[in-house]
Amino acid sequence: MSWVIVALAAWIGGWYLNIRLSHAAVARTRAGQLAVPVIFGLTILILWEGLVRGLNVSPVILPPPSAVLARIGSSLPTLGADFWQTAVKGALTGYVLGCGAAVLTAIAIDRSPFLQKGLLPVGNFVAALPIVGIAPIMVMWFGFDWQSKAAVVVIMVFFPMLVNTVAGLKATDAMQRDLMATYSASYWQTLAKLRLPAAMPFLFNGLKISSTLALIGAIVAEFFGSPIVGMGFRINASIGQLALDMIWAEIAVAALAGSAFYGLVALIERRMTFWHPSQRR
Amino acid sequence: MRNIVPILTVVAAIVILWYGAAVKLNSAWVYDQATRAGAKVPSFSQVVTETMNQERPVLPTPHQVTAELWKSTVGMAITSKRSLVYHGWVTLSATLLGFAIGTGLGVLLAVGIIHNRAMDMSVMPWAIASQTIPILAIAPMIIVVLNSLGLQGLVPKAIISAYLSFFPVVVGMVKGLRSPDQMQLDLLKTYNASAAAAFWKLRVPSSMPYLFASLKVGIAASLVGAIVGELPTGAVAGLGARLLSGSYYGQTVQIWAALFAAAIVAAGMVILIGVIEKGTLKRMGMVR
Repeated sequence: MSWVIVALAAWIGGWYLNIRLSHAAVARTRAGQLAVPVIFGLTILILWEGLVRGLNVSPVILPPPSAVLARIGSSLPTLGADFWQTAVKGALTGYVLGCGAAVLTAIAIDRSPFLQKGLLPVGNFVAALPIVGIAPIMVMWFGFDWQSKAAVVVIMVFFPMLVNTVAGLKATDAMQRDLMATYSASYWQTLAKLRLPAAMPFLFNGLKISSTLALIGAIVAEFFGSPIVGMGFRINASIGQLALDMIWAEIAVAALAGSAFYGLVALIERRMTFWHPSQRR
Repeated sequence: MRNIVPILTVVAAIVILWYGAAVKLNSAWVYDQATRAGAKVPSFSQVVTETMNQERPVLPTPHQVTAELWKSTVGMAITSKRSLVYHGWVTLSATLLGFAIGTGLGVLLAVGIIHNRAMDMSVMPWAIASQTIPILAIAPMIIVVLNSLGLQGLVPKAIISAYLSFFPVVVGMVKGLRSPDQMQLDLLKTYNASAAAAFWKLRVPSSMPYLFASLKVGIAASLVGAIVGELPTGAVAGLGARLLSGSYYGQTVQIWAALFAAAIVAAGMVILIGVIEKGTLKRMGMVR
């Protein structure tokens, strides 16, 4: 019982601290803005740990964070191999291929309003569909290894990226294009020097959406069949063994990988589209 | 209406490409059969006709999928275990329940966030960061854990759906409830309006476009959640179960039919929300 009381006290203390912090002058500084969510996250972890210990929750139902952390420490090689198989081989390959193909397709249909009118509604429609459902088919076609996961990812990221790129290529206004025309710039010069740079905010929006989709696609596709390595495989196999700490360890890795991937794209975006109003500080 | 011609052209092109791909992918099996039977190499027209109606094709042709869809929706009693209406309803009911829970909680949290500074500063970064986490990966675990707690069937799937539709709604609603600008808020202050009045008369109406935009994202995510939630329970019922059993037994036509059923359900839900959105915004005078 004492664990529960300690946890609740930590929760109330953290919450009180946060209320004080958010109303204090420090809330407007960068450190304050970082500290408040961190404190919140920590209190959640303490509450979780305390409740699990205090109420004697079976580790088969919910392992405490300390057990998950210990598991991460003890099975780093396994987690590393799973990460390599799923995130790098499956998700990243598919992400690069899918986003690349979508940008090229968008440039290809750029000159034809007819194709755009036809492809965009179809693309919007497909972007809303449960595309992960295509995973069993891809596993059947490309086998159990990472190729099938990459294929699922390609299809998942293609349409959001296509829709964003086409929208981005329309982002220049007539004045700017007229200026390029007065310079007697060719179509490709206009594309490379004006329209692609102007499309960058949209491209990065698509890239950010796709970065999350890619990891989800690769993990879920592994539920339909995979070699004996990979994050989705490990989650599925650990369920059978009721090794919940392993699953949470994989989830932690997936969360870290997803956030890091997203953060990386956002960082590149900040570097490349520093001129855009949304990036100014 | 002017857009209908290009859309139909693109769809027709996709169907033609699909047939072409079906011939190419399925022909290997035809050649294989011919060699095994010791017959001479079949001509191209023979191959094309052979690839159109295989029982377990690598890629089923569009008419096979349509026929299977028709057979398993209209051609069967909806109580039958092979009826896609039955499986679709199993998935849809979990989706809708989860969507309702997720949206309700999401709106509540958003209201809390805009009124409480501490909550805003501590929860909001996590809500945004959670979008970058492959949440779907937890789905099987939630199912199994709830199963061991004695919960099964509709509720665990609905919880996953709720979880997935929750965050888009929170983020969208916080944006929407904050969308009235300072001028408008100041005007209400000059009217001596209470915080509650400002909330109901200004913030809620102006958040509607944001709410509907996130509802559309949320319902699509809910459906994905429900489908994935059906995978680890061992293919009992639902569209996800149809996908899984199809992939176990190599029933490609069944997989494609389930996939299209899921697509139709998703599109139907998004269109339905779109219609409600249009009607609501029109009554509120927000559509120009």
